[in-house]
Amino acid sequence: MAWILAILQTLLFIGGAPLLAGWIKMLKCWLQNRNAPSLLQPYRDLRKLWRKESILPESASWIFTAAPYLVFTVAVLTAAVVPLVAVDLPSARIIDVFGLVGFFALARTFLVLAGMDIGTAFGGMGSSREMTISSLAEPAMLMVVFTLAMSAGTTNLSMGMDYVLDSGLVLRPSFVFALGSLMLVAVAETGRVPVDNPATHLELTMIHEAMILEYSGRYLALMEWASQIKLMLYGVLIANIFFPWYIGRDFSPAALGQGLLAIMLKLALLSVLLALSETLLAKMRIFRVQEYLSFAYLLGVLGMLSHIILEVYYA
Amino acid sequence: MLDELSYYHQAILHLAALITLSSFLMLGQSRLLRLIGVFAAQGFLLSASTALVAQTHDFPHLYISALLSLLLKGLLIPMMLYRLVMRMNLHREMDTVEHPAGVMMGGATLVVFSYYVCLPIVKLSPLMTLNTISVSLAVVLLGMLLMITRRHAVAQVVGFMSIENGLFFAAVVSTMGMPMVVELGIAFDVLVAAVIFGIFFFHIRSSIDSLDVDRLSKLSEVEE
Repeated sequence: MAWILAILQTLLFIGGAPLLAGWIKMLKCWLQNRNAPSLLQPYRDLRKLWRKESILPESASWIFTAAPYLVFTVAVLTAAVVPLVAVDLPSARIIDVFGLVGFFALARTFLVLAGMDIGTAFGGMGSSREMTISSLAEPAMLMVVFTLAMSAGTTNLSMGMDYVLDSGLVLRPSFVFALGSLMLVAVAETGRVPVDNPATHLELTMIHEAMILEYSGRYLALMEWASQIKLMLYGVLIANIFFPWYIGRDFSPAALGQGLLAIMLKLALLSVLLALSETLLAKMRIFRVQEYLSFAYLLGVLGMLSHIILEVYYA
Repeated sequence: MLDELSYYHQAILHLAALITLSSFLMLGQSRLLRLIGVFAAQGFLLSASTALVAQTHDFPHLYISALLSLLLKGLLIPMMLYRLVMRMNLHREMDTVEHPAGVMMGGATLVVFSYYVCLPIVKLSPLMTLNTISVSLAVVLLGMLLMITRRHAVAQVVGFMSIENGLFFAAVVSTMGMPMVVELGIAFDVLVAAVIFGIFFFHIRSSIDSLDVDRLSKLSEVEE
C-alpha cells in the first residue's frame, strides 16, 4: 500500500512539474503586462516535441543520445525520494540528503558531457559555465544540508521533516539562514534569472540552453521535462523542509488530500516569489555569479555557526 | 535546547543572528550609500532587540535606550552620513573590497574565534541570552575587519560605529543594559563622534582631494 502511494506520488511529481513551469510563466506574464499562455502550455510543448522527428548532429556519440534518458531518469529517481504529499513514505528511506545532492551531480555530469560531446563552441561554453556555477553552488547546498542535519540529528529528509513537525513552531535562526542560502542555490542551480535566463536563446549569456542547443524532438522534450522536474524539486525541498506544516503524516485520504492542497499552495506562493524576483532583477554578468554564490555559501556557514552558537546550550 | 525557550528569547536570538548578518553585509558592500543603509538596518535591529529584552525581563529603562538607539543609530547618524555623502558627491564612488570572498571567510573565522573565546563565560552563567555575547564580540571584530579592509574614510567611520553597536548589544543582552547615565553618555559620544567625523571628512578632502585614507601616508610634496 505504502509503496503504491510512493509510486503515485512520484507520478504526481513528474506530472505536476510542467504545470508548475506553466504557472511560473503565467505569473511572469502577468507581472510584465503580457498575455499569458495557458497553464497547460508546457504539456502541449512537450507533446509537440515528443512527436517531432529528432535530428542528431553528425559528430554525436552514444553519450549524446543516452544523456537525455539518463538525465530524465535521475530526475524521476530524485523526485521519488523527496516527500511531496506525505512524509513517511517508504521510498524516502532509501536515500538521504547527501544522496540527493549526488543525484543532482550525476544528472549534471551527463548534461555537461552531452554539451561537450558534439564539439560545438556553444556546448562547450555552456558546459564550462554550468560546471563553474555548480562547483560553487554545491558547497553552499552542502552547508545547508549540514545545518539541517545538525538541528534534526539526521540526514534523512523525511525524518528531518518529522523533527521539524514534532518540535512545533520554533524560531530557529539557523533555519532562516539555511532557507536564504537554499533559495539562492536553487535559483542558480535551476538556471533562473539572476544567474541564467531560461527564456532566451541570447547567444552569449545562456548556460543551460547552450548545453541543450543541439537537441531536438524527443530528446529535447526529455531534457526540458527533466529541468522542469528539477525546478519543482527545489521548490518542494524549500517548502517541505522549512515549512512542512500540513503535509500528510499518515496515509488516510484526508491527510493525503490535505498534504496535496498544502504543497500546491506552498509551491504556488513560492512561484510568486520567484516570478517577482525574476521580474525585478536583471540577469547578472557571469563573473558576478561567483560573488552571488559565495554569499549563498556565507549564509550557509552563518546558519551552521548560529546553530552552534545560539541554539545549543551547555546547561 | 531552543524549543524550551520562550518565543521572546527565540526572537532575541533571531535578532542576534540578523545583526551578525548585517555586519557581514556591510563587510561585502562596496557602494557607500548601501553601506549606510545596512548600517541603519543594524541600528533598527539593535533597537528592536533592546526593546525585546526590556519586554522579556521587564526592565523599563531599556525602552529608553531602545528609543535612543532607534533615533540615533537607526535614523540620525545614517542620515548625517547620507547627507555628507550626497554633499561631497561620493554617492557614485565605489570602495571596492579586494578579495571579497577572502574577507567574508575571514569574517566567519572571526565569528568562530569569538565563540571560542566566549565559551567559558557562557558556561559560567545560567542566563539564557548570554550566548549572544559571542555574537556581539563577533560584531565588534567584524567592525574592526571592516575598518581594516576599507580605504574610504566614510566606510571606516561606518565600521567604527558598528563596533559601538556590538558593544551596546553586548551590554544589553548580557548585563541587561548599563546604567542610564553611562548609556546616555555613550549615545551622545557617538553622536559627537559622527559630527567630528563629518568635519574631518571635509578636512581630509581639502588636504588630499580624496577620502582614500591610504593617500594620507604619502607626503603631499611628492609628485604622484
